[in-house]
This record gives sequence, C-alpha cells and structure tokens, in this order.
Amino acid sequence: MKDAFGTPQSLLILGGTSEIGLAIARRMIARRARTVWLAGRPSPELEHAADSLRTLGADVRTVPFDALDPAPHAEVLGKVFTEGDIDMVLLAFGVLGDQANDEGDPPAAVRVAQTNYTGAVSAGLICAAALQNQGHGSLVVLSSVAGERARRTNFIYGSSKAGLDAFAQGLGDALYGTGVHVMVVRPGFVRTRMTSGMPDAPLATTPEAVATAVELGLRRRSETVWVPGALRVVMTALRHTPRSLFRRLPL
Amino acid sequence: MNQGGLLWANARVCVSFFDDTRLITHFGESIGHCKNVGISGDTVLAMSPDAPSAPADPAQPHTPVSTNTPQSHTAETHGDEDDPFVSISGWGRTAPTTARVLRPRTAAEAAAVVQGWGARGGIARGLGRAYGDAAQNAGGCVLDMTGLARIHTIDGQAGTVVCDAGVSLHRLMEVLLPLGWFVPVSPGTRQVTVGGALGADIHGKNHHASGSFSRHVESLELLTANGEVQTLRPGSDLFDATTGGMGLTGVILSATVRLHRVETSLMSVDTERAADLDELLARLTTDDHRYRYSVAWIDLLARGKALGRSVLTRGEHAPLTALPSRARHQPLDFRPGRLPAPPAQLPRGLLNRTTVGLFNEFWYRRAPRSRTTELQPLTRFFHPLDAVPHWNRIYGGDGFVQYQFVVGHGQEEALRSIIQRIARRGCPSFLAVLKRFGTSDPGWLSFPMPGWTLALDIPAGLAGLGSFLDELDEEVATAGGRIYLAKDSRLRPELLDVMYPRLPDFRALRAHLDPQGVFTSDLSRRLAL
Ligand SMILES: Cc1cc2nc3c(=O)[nH]c(=O)nc-3n(C[C@H](O)[C@H](O)[C@H](O)COP(=O)(O)OP(=O)(O)OC[C@H]3O[C@@H](n4cnc5c(N)ncnc54)[C@H](O)[C@@H]3O)c2cc1C
Ligand SMILES: NC(=O)c1ccc[n+]([C@@H]2O[C@H](COP(=O)([O-])OP(=O)(O)OC[C@H]3O[C@@H](n4cnc5c(N)ncnc54)[C@H](OP(=O)(O)O)[C@@H]3O)[C@@H](O)[C@H]2O)c1
Repeated sequence: MKDAFGTPQSLLILGGTSEIGLAIARRMIARRARTVWLAGRPSPELEHAADSLRTLGADVRTVPFDALDPAPHAEVLGKVFTEGDIDMVLLAFGVLGDQANDEGDPPAAVRVAQTNYTGAVSAGLICAAALQNQGHGSLVVLSSVAGERARRTNFIYGSSKAGLDAFAQGLGDALYGTGVHVMVVRPGFVRTRMTSGMPDAPLATTPEAVATAVELGLRRRSETVWVPGALRVVMTALRHTPRSLFRRLPL
Repeated sequence: MNQGGLLWANARVCVSFFDDTRLITHFGESIGHCKNVGISGDTVLAMSPDAPSAPADPAQPHTPVSTNTPQSHTAETHGDEDDPFVSISGWGRTAPTTARVLRPRTAAEAAAVVQGWGARGGIARGLGRAYGDAAQNAGGCVLDMTGLARIHTIDGQAGTVVCDAGVSLHRLMEVLLPLGWFVPVSPGTRQVTVGGALGADIHGKNHHASGSFSRHVESLELLTANGEVQTLRPGSDLFDATTGGMGLTGVILSATVRLHRVETSLMSVDTERAADLDELLARLTTDDHRYRYSVAWIDLLARGKALGRSVLTRGEHAPLTALPSRARHQPLDFRPGRLPAPPAQLPRGLLNRTTVGLFNEFWYRRAPRSRTTELQPLTRFFHPLDAVPHWNRIYGGDGFVQYQFVVGHGQEEALRSIIQRIARRGCPSFLAVLKRFGTSDPGWLSFPMPGWTLALDIPAGLAGLGSFLDELDEEVATAGGRIYLAKDSRLRPELLDVMYPRLPDFRALRAHLDPQGVFTSDLSRRLAL
C-alpha cells in the first residue's frame, strides 16, 4: 500500500532496463519499496538491473515483456498481479528511433510507433484493469515534451509520444474515482543512453531529477508532471507559437 | 475567493437547516463541483435524542443490506447502481482507496455480508476518525457500522450500558448525561463509535487514572471470520487481541460498557502555564494523581529556553455543589454548539510556520498563568475541535498526518530530543498534546505504556516530512517506545515488530482464526499486520 505521502511499497516497471525507470526504482526503494518487478525483453542487462536493485535490499523479480508483441501481455502481466498488489506501475519503455533514417525506412518508423504507442496501449489497459481490481495504485507513464508539439526533427518519436500522452490522459479520466491514479510525466532532455552522444538541449536534466519529480507527483496525486518544472511554461509558449514560425525554430 | 465565500455560506445554511437530522454528510449536498471526494471520515453525526435506529431502506426491500445509502455517503460513486465503489480515506485525508461500502442494520445482516465479501476481504469502519488507513480496504468491502446504532439497555443502578458497536460516543453522552452517567473514556472527539473505541482501544485524558477504553468493558460480541458470534470477556486471548486489534479479528457487534457517575455536565478545571519542558514534566509527575483528567497543550514551535512551553489543563467533573445556584436545576444539560464548517476545498499551505507560530503564541499568552476550579462545559474541556465540523479540511488537498508516539518513564531525554528536533525543523503543528500515561493496558496491540505520549498534526505536504518522521520513529523505537496505529499512515513496517512485542501472538491468532484473511484493511496490508 502507498503511505500518506504516496510512496509505494511494490513496483512494476515496464522497460526494466530503462535508466529513468531504474532511478525511480532506486528512489522508491530508499523510501518504502520492498517488492520490484522488472518487465522487459530478456537480456543480461535486465538481470543485471535486477541484481543492482537487490543490493539495495529489494525483492526483485523479472518477467519477459516485449512491447512489440502484445499477444502475451495479458497473461504475463496478469500473473504479476496475482502474486500480490502493485502500488505503482511505471511505463518506462520506449525507443527514440533515428528520424533521419526512419523517414526513408517506414517499417523502422512503424516500430517506433508500435513500441511507444500501441505497446503502451496494450500494457496500459491491462495494468489499469488490474489496478482497478485492487482499488488502489498509480500508473505512471513516461511521456515526453516531444509529444506536446511534434517537431520537424523528431516527429516520428514525437507523434508516438503524443498518442501515448493523449491515451494516458484519457485513461486517467476514465479511472477517476476508482482509486487508481494515472500520472503523465513529461520530461525534457534527460541524460541517459537514449540521448547519449547528443548535445544537451536547454533545460537538460537527469534521471534522478525525474525520480524526484515523480516522488512529489505521487504525494500530490498530480495528473501531469513536467521535468524540469520550468518546461510547463516553455511548452505553453511553444504550443501557441504560429506554425510558420515554429517550423523555423532551431529545436 | 468569491467562490470560497459562497461555499462557506452554503455550508452554514446546511448546518442550521439540518440541525436535528440524524445523519448529515456535509460534502456533496451544497458543493456541486466537488466530485469524487469520497468518504474521508467526514460523516457527522448529529442525532436528536429520540432518534430511533434507522428504519430499513424502503427502496430496497429485497436486499438485506443497503449498499452505500444516501444518508451515509452522499459522496460521488463511480459506475452504476450495482457497482457502488466509493473512495475512502481516514481523517487525515491521505492515501484514498476505493471499496464497496456496505451498511448493515442488524447483526444478522452483518454476518451475511462477512460471509460473502470475496477475495479482497473487508473491514469494519466506524466514523472514520482514525487518521490513516485503518478503516479502509482497497478493492474489497468496508462495513459501515453506523447503521448498527441501537442503545439496548441502560442499567442506571450498576451504571452500565449495552449498545451496538455503531453507536457514537456523542450519542451515548446525549442519552447518558441526563441520567447522570458519563462514558468511561473520551478521546479528543465525540465522533467515534464504540466499535472504533474498542478497535483502537482508545485512551483519554484520564488514562493515568482509568486506563484505556477496553478496561471498562464487561463483555463484547464479536463476529468472526467463520460467521460465528462469540461473547468475549476481559482476560481471554481473543478479547485482548480484539481490543486494539484495529478490526482485524472480526466485527464488534455490541458491547457492555461500565460508566462513570457524574453530578453535572460541567468540568472543574485548573489551568496553568509551564514555561518549559522541565517544568511541564515536573508538574505532571508531582500532581497528576490529584486529577482524574490531565493534558498539556504544547507549543512545538517554541525553541531554546522556551522549548516545551505548554498550557496544562487538568480537571474533574464538577460536583453539584460547585455550580452557582441558578445552574443547579439543570445540572446535566448537554448542548454542544457547532460552528460552520470550512469550505471543502482549501489551498495548500494555509498552515505554515508563520500562521501556526502566531496561533501558538496567542494560545500560550491567552492562557492564565494559573487559574483554579474554573467551570467549563464538558464539550469545551474534552472536544474543543468538535465545534468546527470538518476542521480537517484546513490542511487542503494534501491532507495531514498525525504523529503520536509514547516513550516510557526514564526516557525523558528521548522525549526532549524529539521535541527539539520538531522545534528545530519548524513543523507547523498547532496544539500538539502531551500526556502522561498510566499503566499499560492488556490489549496485545494497545498503544499506551507508562510514560509520555506526544501527538501532533503536520501538513502532509511539508517537504521531506516522510524521511523526517522515519528518523523520529528510529528514536522512538530505540527508546523502547511505539507509535499509535489509529493515527498512523506511514510507519516503516519493519519497526512495528520492535514496537509491539505481542505482534507475533497477534499474527498467530489471526492465522488460526482467519486463515483466508477475511478481515483485511489497507493498514494491515501496509504494515503486514
Ligand atoms: C479530533 C480527534 C481526536 C482524537 N483523540 C483521540 C484521543 O484522545 N485518544 C485516542 O485514543 N484516540 C483519539 N482519536 C482517534 C480515534 O479515537 C480513533 O481512531 C477511533 O478508533 C475512531 O473511531 P471511529 O468510530 O471513527 O473508527 P474508525 O476510524 O472508523 O475505525 C478505527 C479502527 O477501528 C476499527 N473498528 C471500527 N468499528 C469497528 C467494529 N464495529 N468492530 C471492529 N473494529 C472496528 C476499524 O476497523 C479501524 O481499524 C482522535 C481522533 C480525532 C479525529
Ligand atoms: N531520455 C530522455 O531524454 C527522455 C525524455 C523524455 C522521455 N523519455 C522516455 O522515458 C522512457 C525511458 O527512457 P530512458 O531515457 O530511461 O531510456 P532507456 O534507458 O533507453 O530505456 C528504454 C527502455 O525501453 C525498453 N524497450 C525498448 N523497446 C522495447 C520493447 N520493444 N519492448 C520492451 N521494452 C522495450 C528498453 O529495453 P531494452 O533493454 O530491452 O532495450 C529500455 O528498458 C522512454 O519512454 C522515453 O521515451 C526519455
């Protein structure tokens, strides 16, 4: 159960090797979390991630999960919930893709969309139903500022995050009053392997900062969290910038 | 701000309009936009003295139990009629979860419900005055006991009352005071049920003299997981596991409670200031035994030399002879007044170091240096906060946490160190309460132990509060103390075993009595009780 500050005791992280996801897990373990499920594509990295959390004192288990293969989602994720309540589900999987290449490689672009959007629709609906059965819990969705307004330079990724973001908002409204809380997290540029090799964007931040923002959001039962918080204002301005100007901005 | 004013005005209308209705829920009726607020210990009982037990709901002649009746919860539900899930939280309004709320009217209905409430189990709920998650059960059932509210018999000779567990202490006072009897133990609010008083084995200002509530119970009826009703008496394991057992051994259906004889409904009160913690502890130690009731309001924002400065109020029921002659013909009058409730939605951060600091300063200065045998209405002495319905809303949307711990005699340095940390940290808590406990009570999970207990309210939104309280817990545990489950909403589960040595017995008894976990609450899940 979550405590008075919204701190969970049990976590399910989809995208079990995600650097942001693991930073959040470490933070929650430092607070109250004792049970952690890491769902992801089986790999030595996934097992290594599990070991790293075990050394912090958590009871960690891994389950196979591939966003691109939704057929087994219900069974695999369902099993996790039969083992005990999950206080917080984190959707942390996602791929950035390679816009320059993917514009000329439609199947690759579709994989980005399917991972980030349809994969999340499948996993999100399944986890939401399970949380609703428990009568409590938070579904935390890692969206992105990139979904707020699609940019010339990464609109494939951006549009998949826009879809995810809209889906999560709608799901949150559908679950309002059921005891289940859906929180959309919109980080800006976070320094992880996803962005490695790329120059820092303005307001670049760290996985730990995302974890801090998630912790605060859980306590306040926020519906939307921007990381860093200043992005809320920046994105409001960008959202209202005329197209003719927006497409020429160096973003 | 306009809107706030409007809500405030509406709330006032509600109060006067419903003055003598039986059960009012204050949110929802006048506050249209306030959706899905759910139940947060917010139902307020205001029964007229002749209120009969509520009649069966004519709208649902075939259902044995009315689910989520309108009078008990006008709160928004989601889904349709056969899906009456309601959002529920404790008095602190933190960590709400949803559950199906069932409101039995008879013991037989309660038994039928318990048999069929499914895999996520259920838990009894009284008036939701526990601060945390003790009376909620996510995804399962919550048994609203306020429908079982009959006073069966009053023995005016022996001074005992037999009543249903859903009867509130407020109701008991209304009925018993005119007969010259008072409840044996009263907490800081009258809005608790007899079931809740036993479930948490509550203590009052008279703990040093009279012990906890369960010490004044001759017997109780407990509905257990297998659907049987057992009559329990003090001294049996199940009685001692049930009193303080937070509803986890079963549903208390009724109890026989021994009462305290009074001549008037007034209190004779001595008030004194103590300039610092040393003076406070010295006074409580030397002359607490002279008073039946004793408590100290402590200013936790005071630091340095003023650390622990407090206002002691100690008293006794006033004898008839203490009343002025014109008051003597109606000495047992009981007419608690009520102020309008604060609006349902208030901003965060209303209570901060500055506002609370000013309040505490005023409170301390207002108190006389020393005044003796002042006559006070009983309600003002015992339940000053009850005058403002829903005062818990002043903490805004984040809600608040009550932190209450006890450390034994000889652990005064631990007490001082904790108070120092709270003061240094500047926790904006007004009217914190310090009391000296008497001997321990027999309940396995009863909270009191001989020593010092401190209770304070803190806004849950205070940055870093979680870790700060974790540190205090460690000090409390190291000093051999414990925290109070009825107030808890955040303890680290590992510490519970250290604080409650009889926990293994409690767990073993539950495993035996209720192997399926029919009785389950958010508290029991969170703390693995
Ligand atoms: C302003 C204020 C002041 C307070 N002051 C004090 C004080 O001075 N001393 C003190 O000890 N406490 C105090 N409390 C706490 C309060 O007395 C307890 O939390 C009490 O248990 C609340 O009773 P309730 O009927 O509201 O029960 P709830 O809060 O609804 O439930 C509390 C617990 O009792 C169990 N329970 C309720 N009914 C039954 C039943 N019929 N059968 C089995 N279990 C049941 C529940 O399962 C739950 O675990 C105070 C609370 C407030 C809000
Ligand atoms: N980094 C940023 O700047 C930034 C900004 C905003 C939002 N986000 C979002 O935050 C989330 C986490 O990002 P991160 O920075 O932590 O990146 P990361 O370390 O690269 O993590 C991405 C995760 O997604 C998983 N994944 C990819 N494809 C998958 C598939 N088909 N099935 C299952 N899992 C799959 C990866 O698992 P494998 O180990 O199996 O590859 C990995 O666990 C992502 O959704 C990302 O879009 C990131």
